[in-house]
Amino acid sequence: MSDTETKEVPYKPTSPNSKLDFESVWEYAPAPQTSDFVEVKDRYDLFIGGKFVKPSKGRYFKSTNPATAEEVTEFAEATQKDVDKAVKAARKAFEGEWSKISAKERGKYIYRIARMLQERAREFAVLESMDGGKPIRESRDVDIPLVAAYFFYYAGWADKLEYAFPGKKPKPLGVCGQIIPWNFPLLMLAWKIAPALACGNTVVLKPAETTSLTALKFAELVQDCGLPEGVVNIVTGAGQTGAEIVNHKDIDKIAFTGSTQVGKIIQKSLAGTDKKYTLELGGKGALVIFEDAPIDQAVEGIINAIYFNQGHVCCAGSRLLVQEGVADKVIQKLKDRLETLVVGDPLDKNTDIGAINSKEQFETINKYLELGVEEGADIYQSKCDIPENGYFIRPTLFTNVSQSNRVVQEEIFGPVLTVQTFRTADEGIEKANNTPYGLASGVWTDKGSKIFQMGSKMRSGVIWANTYNKFDPTSPFGGYKESGVGREGGLHGLAAYTKI
Amino acid sequence: MKYPDFNQTVPIDHVGVEERVSRLNKRSIKKDSKIQALKMALSMIDLTTLEGKDSPGKVIQLCQKAKQPHPAVPDLPTVAAICVYPNMVSVAKNALKGTDINVASVATAFPSGQSPLSMRLEDTKFAVAEGADEIDMVISRGAFLNGEYQLVFDEIAAVKEACGDAHLKVILETGELHTYENVRKASDIAMHAGADFIKTSTGKISPAATQPVTLVMLEAIRDFYYDTGKMIGMKPAGGIRTAKQAIQYLVIVKETLGAGWLNKDYFRFGASSLTNDLLMQIVKQQTGHYQSLDYFSND
Repeated sequence: MSDTETKEVPYKPTSPNSKLDFESVWEYAPAPQTSDFVEVKDRYDLFIGGKFVKPSKGRYFKSTNPATAEEVTEFAEATQKDVDKAVKAARKAFEGEWSKISAKERGKYIYRIARMLQERAREFAVLESMDGGKPIRESRDVDIPLVAAYFFYYAGWADKLEYAFPGKKPKPLGVCGQIIPWNFPLLMLAWKIAPALACGNTVVLKPAETTSLTALKFAELVQDCGLPEGVVNIVTGAGQTGAEIVNHKDIDKIAFTGSTQVGKIIQKSLAGTDKKYTLELGGKGALVIFEDAPIDQAVEGIINAIYFNQGHVCCAGSRLLVQEGVADKVIQKLKDRLETLVVGDPLDKNTDIGAINSKEQFETINKYLELGVEEGADIYQSKCDIPENGYFIRPTLFTNVSQSNRVVQEEIFGPVLTVQTFRTADEGIEKANNTPYGLASGVWTDKGSKIFQMGSKMRSGVIWANTYNKFDPTSPFGGYKESGVGREGGLHGLAAYTKI
Repeated sequence: MKYPDFNQTVPIDHVGVEERVSRLNKRSIKKDSKIQALKMALSMIDLTTLEGKDSPGKVIQLCQKAKQPHPAVPDLPTVAAICVYPNMVSVAKNALKGTDINVASVATAFPSGQSPLSMRLEDTKFAVAEGADEIDMVISRGAFLNGEYQLVFDEIAAVKEACGDAHLKVILETGELHTYENVRKASDIAMHAGADFIKTSTGKISPAATQPVTLVMLEAIRDFYYDTGKMIGMKPAGGIRTAKQAIQYLVIVKETLGAGWLNKDYFRFGASSLTNDLLMQIVKQQTGHYQSLDYFSND
């Protein structure tokens, strides 16, 4: 028990009974991504009306690199006055220059943003990993390419809205207030800004307080590409700043991605106003593995479903439901597979699981680990070493859990998977649907008909079959039940930013 | 031992297999771990010549290369084995006297296997009598594709018996099996019938070894190990020419089966031109420069 955290946590951190030995003989040397080519300023101001401006109260808050717990930079705290200024700039642009530009020209700006993002892809990837803790492999291969793809996709729609909605005359909504989370900072920005601009709106966007860096780099890119002033405004701050946006009288639409808890507060504040809104909230996705599934590939699917981005994924598959006949085999394979996940420096090219985004989230996840053990679950963690500084959590499995356990019911938003079994398809469906959430789920079987049967009965916005966590700009994304209201992506995402 | 029902198919999702391989290919192997991998790969080579025009002179030359891959670099491992036709076994055996390099021989009417079983067994016995330490046999692909799994099983078992103490590598010729599910099934049959190693290809059929096929076979080996506790070796053969490819294979082995398989007793490369690329990369790692190919012996 060489673990440094042993004294702090009441559970035994590892219970290694993997059958294979992955440690000795040959280890990968560190393969760090260079980061000396990226420039990070000591402090970032607000981006309003095409310029970086100081916050009215002059307050700034620190941003840390969760992998080292060291300070990266400072962001401005936007107050009500600043938000108002940003909304005014957005309104002015909406009624002025932006509305006079032809749809085709509007599209060109968005294409230009997409191309510039591609040109500066590595820089954005490094910043995303430095600021948020996600492994460079993911920010480089998933986040940033998808960001560009969403801009490209919506750029194409800008001058074709009448074809998107035949027989209608789609009009923009006006000023859109957009609040995004810390798990996919730049990707969520793309999901919000790209369709908004394509439809002719202007935006005031607030990135999450722990991960505002790439949004402000994006603001620099917006300046470089010559987008008319005030079309995109970025205000930084915490919950209070978000509330100022939600409650601002001159905003026509709110788009929020974040926790269900905050989503409910926003929905309450919007009740009785004529603001449109889309909410993309939490999830507790089920992974249903049948006996006839290709087991080795299903195991990879599970790994991808729950350990992608440290499990900080609203659509993460965090509840494994495996048919009894193959349960032991799947669990054994999962345990062995856990040992080969590389946990550590997000900027190392071999890292699979980076740092937990913030101290706060780190504590939340640890509480759930304790809770699971208290509830009587068996905990299994990879025996990998984790860095001493920064916030890291070993990939974790909870077996011997039931529907009534809190670790099965509540969204943990970390690298923690619960494992349950089922006997019949009906039981699998019942367990999968027995949650207040309904964002995404997955099914693994060799049989096509079973995929359709399950797909029509599982209550979630996205259902992946024999794969997980695949995203595409053309595909709508959003939840049932408490996982949200409205859809983003594809034509549905376009409709959410137009008056038709 | 209880045998599985080979009429049942183990489902394999080809999209998932290829995705897993491409993810493993993203491992960045640098510095010490790269040097280690290059040397490890060198030690796992079955240096092969399987041509109609093979002569004792050619085989002796290859054995010399096996013993002394690159005199300019001391402390290099020797390759694992020399792989030749049965006629050349005694030549190779002589040339390798006093070393721990094995002589492997293809047998069983290699590469097609299209001869009566009795002749294939004679072929095997001959190679063993000549001194072969390892026998590389081919399975009857026609029978396999025809669903005659019991026949394929029995033939492998018979060759295994004919091998005596020699190790048996069973070539599935995956390029002729076409689906990953067939590859998986043939792997299972071979392992249950007594293979010490399973091997992808003869090198005479395209495609020869591919990484996805290798992954499927390694996963079959893993399941066999889970079920029986017996470790079976793996040999991709044909088409592996560069050090980079070789390292990618080693990563696949490491993350599928772990450390136990990362040695010449459980993993081999069937290759010939791979050797010089490995040597060139080793020299590059040590000196920081690429040398001209003229500095490496062609054998």
